[in-house]
Amino acid sequence: MAWNEPGGDKGDKDPWGNRNQGGPPDLDEAFKKLQNNLIELFGGKKGGGKGGESSGVSGIITVAVLVILVIWGFAGAYTLDEKERAVILRFGKVQEDIKMPGLHWNPPIIDEVIKENVTEVRSIKHDAEMLTEDENIVKVKNLSVQYVIGDVKKYALNVKDPEISLSHATESAIRHVVGSKNMNGVITEDRKAIAIEVFDRIQSYMDNYGTGILLTEVNIEETSYPDAVRSAVDDVIKAKEDKERLKNEADAYANKVVPEARGQAERQFQEAEGYRQRVIARATGEAERFNRLYTEYRRAPEVTRERIYLDTLEYVMSNSTKVMIDVEGGNNLLYLPLDKLVQQGNTGQKNEDLINLVEKLQDEIASLRGGSSRRDDLRGDRR
Amino acid sequence: MNIKTFIVLILVLAIVALTANSFFVVKQYERAVLLRFGEVVRPDVPSGLHFKLPFIDEAKKFDGRVLTLDAKPERFFTNEKKVVIVDSFAKFRIDEVRQFYKATSGDIAVAGRLLSQRINNGLRDEITARVIHEVVSGERDQLMLALRELIDREARDELGVEIIDVRVKRIDLPTEVSQSVYDRMVAERNKEASQYRAEGHEMSAGVKADADKQVVVISANAYRKAEEVRGEGDAEASAIYAAAYNKDREFYKFYRSMSAYKQTFSGKDDILLIDPDSDFFTYLNKSKK
Repeated sequence: MAWNEPGGDKGDKDPWGNRNQGGPPDLDEAFKKLQNNLIELFGGKKGGGKGGESSGVSGIITVAVLVILVIWGFAGAYTLDEKERAVILRFGKVQEDIKMPGLHWNPPIIDEVIKENVTEVRSIKHDAEMLTEDENIVKVKNLSVQYVIGDVKKYALNVKDPEISLSHATESAIRHVVGSKNMNGVITEDRKAIAIEVFDRIQSYMDNYGTGILLTEVNIEETSYPDAVRSAVDDVIKAKEDKERLKNEADAYANKVVPEARGQAERQFQEAEGYRQRVIARATGEAERFNRLYTEYRRAPEVTRERIYLDTLEYVMSNSTKVMIDVEGGNNLLYLPLDKLVQQGNTGQKNEDLINLVEKLQDEIASLRGGSSRRDDLRGDRR
Repeated sequence: MNIKTFIVLILVLAIVALTANSFFVVKQYERAVLLRFGEVVRPDVPSGLHFKLPFIDEAKKFDGRVLTLDAKPERFFTNEKKVVIVDSFAKFRIDEVRQFYKATSGDIAVAGRLLSQRINNGLRDEITARVIHEVVSGERDQLMLALRELIDREARDELGVEIIDVRVKRIDLPTEVSQSVYDRMVAERNKEASQYRAEGHEMSAGVKADADKQVVVISANAYRKAEEVRGEGDAEASAIYAAAYNKDREFYKFYRSMSAYKQTFSGKDDILLIDPDSDFFTYLNKSKK
């Protein structure tokens, strides 16, 4: 606001000064010319009455006054950009009208022009750890408050450092809102809800102070656990995944074992079914065989019976080891080491041993018989 | 330059000086008092251009806007003897300019110092009467309202200052207490994590046990069914056998015995002790009976 103070016309802040500084020598020349012209003009008029000296002094004074007036007049003009508004203080008293964009003129010294950019969206950011209602600590990251100047007069006149007020209000509001929620609420709840509460609070503080600040948006990028707790929180997430994994593994186990059991059961059933069909088939077959034979048997019972008997015994005799004992008169002294025979049979000893044994037996029998021997027959029976 | 011109110049300068000293401007955002020989003659000069007696009257102007008092963070004890660090700020504005000038001789910093003490005392009283939970949470609004009213009354009377708002910016725990809060939070998270894991194991065990049960039941049922089927087969086979063999029991006995003999004496290891007098050997010794 210093730009329109007296003498400020040569400074950088004066838009007119800026524009004219393109040719300072020309300006000086112009002043000199003007001065000369004026001296001539006034000197000519007063020159008839008074001396040259006095006319020179008054001329200088007049020129100076005129120059100051011209500068003063120029200094009062200014432009307002599309995004700017200006408040005018006349002798310190605020004027009703707010200056809109365009070219304006206000008398310097008498009027003070306060320009503000009202369309630019400004923003402040805030990061902090804070207490929640349940005495936990949460971290609020990148809380950003965006605002514009809603009321230029209020913004310019009511509060010293409106931005500092806003920053204090923001800190207070976010802590108030977070402080009245518990930690889970702050971290899991929609951050937008918190942001809306904070927005309302800050705006009400701003209105209370009369800052003329109008909030456009409050945004919270992240609410999270403080860094000191982060690893534990990560572990909770991991634990949740572990839980899920264990469940999946168990499901996988169940999905493997139960169908396998069902398959096994099916197999058992099929085996049983196979067994059933097998025994029935066998029974049917055997019964049929018997029936056929029986039919023939009915035709010639005696012969058939004999034949079967002999066939069977032939088969039996030809396939097994046998010892014929032809003892006349029921002599009971025949010694047969049956246990040995059976043992040998079971353990599968060499046939030679058996033959030896049989020879011994034969000798014994022969001695019992008294001479007559069937050694050859016996030997021939063994195959 | 002659004497006359010089005098004229001096005179002009004097007039300018007098004129300049006869007016003063109070801006919209300023408050002012007019003093005559140090005595307040106009207690609240409105904004605008005003006349005063040059060199006799003196205008004192102060910032009339809402000012911020940012107090230093202070340690307070809550009702349960916990330490909290409270960082507060206050918004105030000059209300009675004359009183303000009298109390502080127009120095805002002096007013700030005095206010800051009062706010700290007020906060201490309010916080000592409350537990930490109330301080941190929803009670803040009432706390601040009560405090503002209290200090506002005192400040208006004594400092000519109006308190617009008193707010707590931050309520924090001291570092060592913060650490124990972190530790507690970590412990809580750990509890939660182990609960999740235990639940996982629980679920896993349940699902596996259920699966095992199903397996047992399935195989038992399968066994039952298999035995039934086998029994069915056995029964049917028996019926078939019976139907066939009942035709001639004696012949069946004979026939079956024959096949049993075949089965029984089928290996070289079976030893038969034979009496040659048996039927089979009837013709072994002689050609006719």
